[in-house]
Amino acid sequence: MAAMATDTTSSIVPASDRSPSSWGLGDGRAIPWEYAPAPEARDIVTLKERYGLFIGGRDVPASDGGTFGTLNPATEETLAHVARATPADADRAVRAARRAQTRSWGTLPGRERAKYLFRIARILQERSREFAVLESMDSGKPIKEARDVDVPLAAAHFWYYAGWADKLGYAFPGRVARPLGVAAQIIPWNFPLLMLSWKIAPALAAGNTVVLKPASTTPLSALLFADVCRQADLPPGVVNILTGPGEVGMALVTHPGVDKVAFTGSTEIGKRIAKGVAGTDKALTLELGGKAANIVFDDAPLDQAIEGIVNGIYFNQGEVCCAGSRLLVQESIAETLIDKLKDRLATIRVGDPLDKNTDVGAINSRAQLDKITELVASGVAEGAELYQPACDLPERGFFFRPTLFTNVAQSHRIAREEIFGPVLSVLTFRTPDEAVEKANNTIYGLSAGIWTDKGSRILEMAQRMRAGVVWANTFNRFDPTSPFGGYKESGFGREGGMHGLHAYVRLEDR
Amino acid sequence: MGSRVEARLEVRKTYKLYIGGAFPRTESGRSYLVSGADGAPLANACRASRKDVRDAVRAARKAFDGWAARTAMNRGQVLYRVAELMEGRREQFIAEVEAAEGLTPIAARAVVDRAIDRWVWYAGWADKIAQVLGSSNPVAAPYFNFTIPEPTGVVGVVAPETSSLLGLVSRLAPPLVTGNVVVLIASERRPLSAITLSEVLATSDVPGGVVNVLTGRKAELVPVLAGHADVDALDTWGVPDEMRTEVETIAAEDIKRLLRRPTKVAEARFDWLDDAATERPEWIAAFLEMKTVWHPIGG
Repeated sequence: MAAMATDTTSSIVPASDRSPSSWGLGDGRAIPWEYAPAPEARDIVTLKERYGLFIGGRDVPASDGGTFGTLNPATEETLAHVARATPADADRAVRAARRAQTRSWGTLPGRERAKYLFRIARILQERSREFAVLESMDSGKPIKEARDVDVPLAAAHFWYYAGWADKLGYAFPGRVARPLGVAAQIIPWNFPLLMLSWKIAPALAAGNTVVLKPASTTPLSALLFADVCRQADLPPGVVNILTGPGEVGMALVTHPGVDKVAFTGSTEIGKRIAKGVAGTDKALTLELGGKAANIVFDDAPLDQAIEGIVNGIYFNQGEVCCAGSRLLVQESIAETLIDKLKDRLATIRVGDPLDKNTDVGAINSRAQLDKITELVASGVAEGAELYQPACDLPERGFFFRPTLFTNVAQSHRIAREEIFGPVLSVLTFRTPDEAVEKANNTIYGLSAGIWTDKGSRILEMAQRMRAGVVWANTFNRFDPTSPFGGYKESGFGREGGMHGLHAYVRLEDR
Repeated sequence: MGSRVEARLEVRKTYKLYIGGAFPRTESGRSYLVSGADGAPLANACRASRKDVRDAVRAARKAFDGWAARTAMNRGQVLYRVAELMEGRREQFIAEVEAAEGLTPIAARAVVDRAIDRWVWYAGWADKIAQVLGSSNPVAAPYFNFTIPEPTGVVGVVAPETSSLLGLVSRLAPPLVTGNVVVLIASERRPLSAITLSEVLATSDVPGGVVNVLTGRKAELVPVLAGHADVDALDTWGVPDEMRTEVETIAAEDIKRLLRRPTKVAEARFDWLDDAATERPEWIAAFLEMKTVWHPIGG
């Protein structure tokens, strides 16, 4: 029962929050049993000591020879050194992409493009274990999620868009869909391979070539994907990958040879990127931050809702733009629900991402951990009530306890700002109107959740949410056929589904 | 006695702003002289201020929920009625377009006819666009998953500078048809048809605040509109080339949706009579948000 040994939260968890609840332990203590370690073997991954950029089908060093290290956030060990691209490399990559677009990819019949994409989907499936382990090591996400969500969904995205490549005419009735040209794509560190697939698959299906910049803390799965492109015999230059800091991303955004910019990341950077394309003809899609409301009505199936709430905010350590970070509970069931939720929190297993039992892995970086810590401190300072279950955190690595705030006011920073961590803010409401008003009271509008037994209420609430994705009696579900993207400052444009193609075509008269 | 034609003094029209269904003068008390294509003075138009922009945005926001909540068929009928009333004012529009744009009577007639027909073309989309742009999505899980378009909200439209009526109608109708509300900055040099059109809107069944029309200096008004946090989207077609980067940079500050004129398209030379180039569902889609709902199937 090692997990029970220390209760580091006792000083900040008020006694009133530790009362026994109706069905569980209710005492904020860790589960009274142990899990045997179930480590995933990491020998399936062969790490190179150094990785180059992937430009024009070749593995090349940065123009100035610069490199940077990428960490395993769970152990703080350096996994590999990766080339640090320069603006000159960005220029080289854009030229390579342009050549490929005009000479090979753009002139290839759709059905041939389709077959390349099907190949990529198959190779991702064949090498799924390798990708899952590498992704978990480089990002800190639990192997369970990398294995069951990230990698299969990434493969499914390529599979889905492969079939569109020779059917574009059916997606845009009355119009001819032409590729935009060269797409610059900048992706975040929370779902490195999955975001790569969301970006590359529709772009390639529509006949574009791409220069992709993965986040600087998670470059490895994109570089392994370069190997998939080689295995698939994808023509050189169709996919180019530049690893490096944000400046390389901005060099791509402002490069005159780029026709389209697609970005997933924070709203703050999204604004800089939108300014970067101002005055040009570049097409732009932005998938930015969120502060989703997860609304639980008094007739909701409670145990199911608890699972959905937990999945909504603790999935991928809460480092999810559409995370259900604001829980809105109908007042009449608030007490029961919060008790149950605290019990459930005590059973969440935090720790080694490569352990197959782990629910919450490592925070992606020291900087992100600091940001979460700062915002949680602001919650306490502003008067919200903090609750964290007792659980041991590994001594090394960037970890944060699943956190719950009650007595949260809408004006609190933890109710307004995107935390991007395992932190849930609980608010209550009395009437559906109040729930709608609170849910929409945010600059964001990416996603929302609704928990109720009533189908008509689901549809009415869904209609009134100013958010791009509404989950009813579920949360954080994704599918390649299902368009995803935000309202308001959560961005514009959609990824996934037929709508995801729209971001990568120019429509002409038939 | 009946043979002598009595010289009758014409009753001139005062051109005012159109905000929240009313016709106020600019709060700034300023005006500017509008001249015809031949240089002859036509009228004084209001030179709206930043405060007028804010008032117009507030009126638009207030009207949004009601307009967006109309049934699609109702919205289509309301907009069709605008075309009916334009038809009734045909001679007035022809005279205004002729004077403002220096067209021959025949050319002016063709432009006005096309403006009315274009309004009808867009109005017809109201109850069809969701079927063309929406989808049901075959997800690999027990959910009924569907995507529907919803209006973005308050749309700022910077009207074309050259085509005072046909260009204006071609930019105004697309956002309206899906339930958006509009704050429109009229052509600076040729603003009079925009005000006459708002008189049509005021007497049709378009609720007050759904369309708001401002006249004045674009250099003064457009940055204020682009920077207004309660404006969700911007049609920058009529933004002068030299202001383009500045306006788009301002609009980026709160992630406004933009519908931009391609840089290689010269505003003054664009052919608004070309149906294929101007009757575009994409112009409607630019002011729509796609909402995807996952509805559970079974227990």
